[in-house]
Amino acid sequence: MVSHDSHAHAAPQGFIRKYIFSLDHKVIGLQYFFLALVAVFAGIFLSLLMRIHLVWPTASLPFFGEIKPETYLSLLTMHGTIMVFFVLTTAPQGGFGNYFLPIQLGAPDMAFPVLNMLSFWTTFLGFLVLVAAFFVTGGAPLHGWTGYAPLSALPSAGPGEGLGADLWIISIAIFCIGALMGALNFITTTLDMRAKGMTLMRMPLTCWAWFVTAILGLLAFGVLLSAGILLLMDRNLGTSFFVPLVTVNGVLTGHKGGSPLLWQHLFWFFGHPEVYIAILPAMGLCSQLLSVFSRKPIFGYRAMVYAILAIGFLGFMVWGHHMFMSGMSPYTAFAFSIMTMGIGVPSAIKTFNWLGTLWGGKIRFSSPMLFAIGFVSLFVVGGISGPFLAQPVLDIYLHETYFVIAHFHLIMGVASIFGIFAATYYWFPKMFGRMMNEPLAKTHFWLTFVGAYAIFMPMHYYGMAGGLRRYSQGTEVGWIHKLAPIQQFITFAAFITIASQFIFVFNLFWSMKKGEKAADNPWEATTLEWTTATPPPHDNFGGITPVVHNGPYEYSVPGAPRDFVMQTDAPVAARH
Amino acid sequence: MASFSTTATLDEPQVSRGNEGGAPPIFGGGDDGRAGRGLPNYPTRLRRARLGLLVALTPVLMLFVSFTSAYVMRQGLPTWDTRTNQLVHDWIPVKLPALLWVNTLVLLVSSVGMELARRQTKVRAAAVSTQPAGPAPAGAEGKMPWLTMTIALGLLFLLGQWMAWKRLAASGFYVATTPSSSFVYLLTGAHAVHLMGGVVALLVAGLFVLLRRPVTTRSIVVDVAGWYWHFMAALWVYILCLLEFAR
Ligand code: HEM
Ligand SMILES: [Cu+2]
Repeated sequence: MVSHDSHAHAAPQGFIRKYIFSLDHKVIGLQYFFLALVAVFAGIFLSLLMRIHLVWPTASLPFFGEIKPETYLSLLTMHGTIMVFFVLTTAPQGGFGNYFLPIQLGAPDMAFPVLNMLSFWTTFLGFLVLVAAFFVTGGAPLHGWTGYAPLSALPSAGPGEGLGADLWIISIAIFCIGALMGALNFITTTLDMRAKGMTLMRMPLTCWAWFVTAILGLLAFGVLLSAGILLLMDRNLGTSFFVPLVTVNGVLTGHKGGSPLLWQHLFWFFGHPEVYIAILPAMGLCSQLLSVFSRKPIFGYRAMVYAILAIGFLGFMVWGHHMFMSGMSPYTAFAFSIMTMGIGVPSAIKTFNWLGTLWGGKIRFSSPMLFAIGFVSLFVVGGISGPFLAQPVLDIYLHETYFVIAHFHLIMGVASIFGIFAATYYWFPKMFGRMMNEPLAKTHFWLTFVGAYAIFMPMHYYGMAGGLRRYSQGTEVGWIHKLAPIQQFITFAAFITIASQFIFVFNLFWSMKKGEKAADNPWEATTLEWTTATPPPHDNFGGITPVVHNGPYEYSVPGAPRDFVMQTDAPVAARH
Repeated sequence: MASFSTTATLDEPQVSRGNEGGAPPIFGGGDDGRAGRGLPNYPTRLRRARLGLLVALTPVLMLFVSFTSAYVMRQGLPTWDTRTNQLVHDWIPVKLPALLWVNTLVLLVSSVGMELARRQTKVRAAAVSTQPAGPAPAGAEGKMPWLTMTIALGLLFLLGQWMAWKRLAASGFYVATTPSSSFVYLLTGAHAVHLMGGVVALLVAGLFVLLRRPVTTRSIVVDVAGWYWHFMAALWVYILCLLEFAR
């Protein structure tokens, strides 16, 4: 037997092959998960520093000393970049997707395990390069996670725009390559490695979400990569793709004729699909959990699948809504506006189906379920502000304010993070063989849920009143200064919310060692990961090839002995 | 194909042991055609590798689509001339070195060679794929003249591209001279990097011959590298047309 062909590889022996350069999708999934865990705390720490500075502008802070306006911009850039790329893109897809996609499909591993390993280590390298930007002369870049040119294209434009900005771009480029390798595996595995009987329309919605997310990544990251290459050329080879005739401190830069808007188009062609890359896996997971914990089939399985596809498709047509302020033609703006409102339709379908699933269910309020319901709540509240922003007339006022911050933190930031929490509490028993502590989990939920709203709801008002984003202080502007109490409130809310995350971390590590031993199917769920041992063996099903006879949401089937029918049980008549 | 039994009781999760040695199913039919738990059979592996390649080519395509849209947009942009205080166009069309056409010919011929190599290994693999995988027999089976030729022509093409760059520079067009020359270097360079990936894949295939890897494994590498190579040739023709006809 030849061993180079990968997915039939035998279980590895040594520590390095088993835990470091592992080819096992489960180990790789955990690696992604822990990378995201480290990244999220780095990101949280930076946000904490920003919040402190906003309220006590003169305070001297750990590592950074007194915060100059430039330092604030570096904090903001690194916070956004770490969170968007290394947390929201990494944990839901790279982490849980890697671990559970093959198992839920009934496959022994991903299609190309070596590529899978490389994709993790590439991502890891990207993270190191990004963090390195803090430690080079000039420090981290100032241009925000969106990297707008010409600021991002001119090394002389400020401290941090030198080597720091180069590292930022290189890190993003490395991340793109890692993400593309990951997407390649997800798509091939979904199309070609499903177990017998696992038709596309029998896939759990989690798998659908990971699959469509991978397609979005496949189409979007290549474009971001191209933009990064052009930006590097502008910075280091003197080309003018993005830089017009500009001066820095009165000195001509030597560039001419380039277009900052070209960067914006390329970036947002990636950037909008990216926000769905962050949230689709959480949507899939929540659909799953609402069904499991309501003991009811998901309401409108097909509609859910089509809504995911529609969101994925429309997601590529709306990037212009980030550019209403760029002076685009009103007709173009109108078209983008209509398309953006159009995305509200599949989003609303999903929301109604979630509510329909809850309706009349025998709901079990376990911690994963709480986070799933929390997700729905955040998705609705965060999404409602979308159609406001999608109107050019309103957006011209709101664009540069905290209103946008409130919108995307609720819907993309906190909602996806709730997805990650829900996934952790739900799958922890399968991954580590023990249960997480439920009272701690519930405490964590309530503090985080109330805390997130306390942080981000007031930002709507702060923004509508004219509070501007990306400004390190409002103290010298009278009317903004009048709003200082709002900022203080937000900072205190942030203290409490951040502190309560340590409950989660404690619970995570404590339960790994001391948690109650978990049964193979503690939540009485139907999908394939609950048919196998805990934790799953190297080839996932211990030498057995599962055969699927049922859809993923056969709960409370009339006449069945239990209130759930597993996907591998003898067939029941499909009811949807 | 669907031969599962329906006799299991509801309490016992039903599992089965795959369709041992059955015919490979149609792609994506909810069955991965694994013969037992070992190495999947040759048609399955080939199909999976090809599917992987198809997926992998998508971002490559997106990369060049994106470059093209930047090309078109940048071409139409005026800039402010500080001497005359007027809006002018700074896009100076580049006269491409004639050498590029020679290079194109080289690449197209290499593509033909690649196709011959691909078919040759496929026939060999089909012959042995019914028998259990083992080391490839020595002798004529191991020789791959077409593969060698493709690698040589590929390297020649890369050399030619390098020389074309030199000529371009000699005629005064550097990377930053004018946006059009920036794009010439960008597109040729990005294509060359991707082609190098293809050369590496072919070298790996060659290495497999030396290492006496099973013919089936080798055939899969050559097949996938072959399709990639054809894609690179087509991509190059596209790039050349863009640079020549949309100057
Ligand atoms: C009904 C659906 C949605 C609509 C109509 C909508 C609309 C908008 C609009 C018009 C903007 C631009 C605001 C501005 O910069 O002036 C925006 C920003 C943003 N949206 Fe949404 N959105 C929706 C859903 C989402 C979802 C689901 C996510 C993420 C999961 C998301 C994440 C973001 C982010 C990250 C930004 C700000 C990016 C930045 O400037 O840094 N949005 N949204
Ligand atoms: Cu958007």
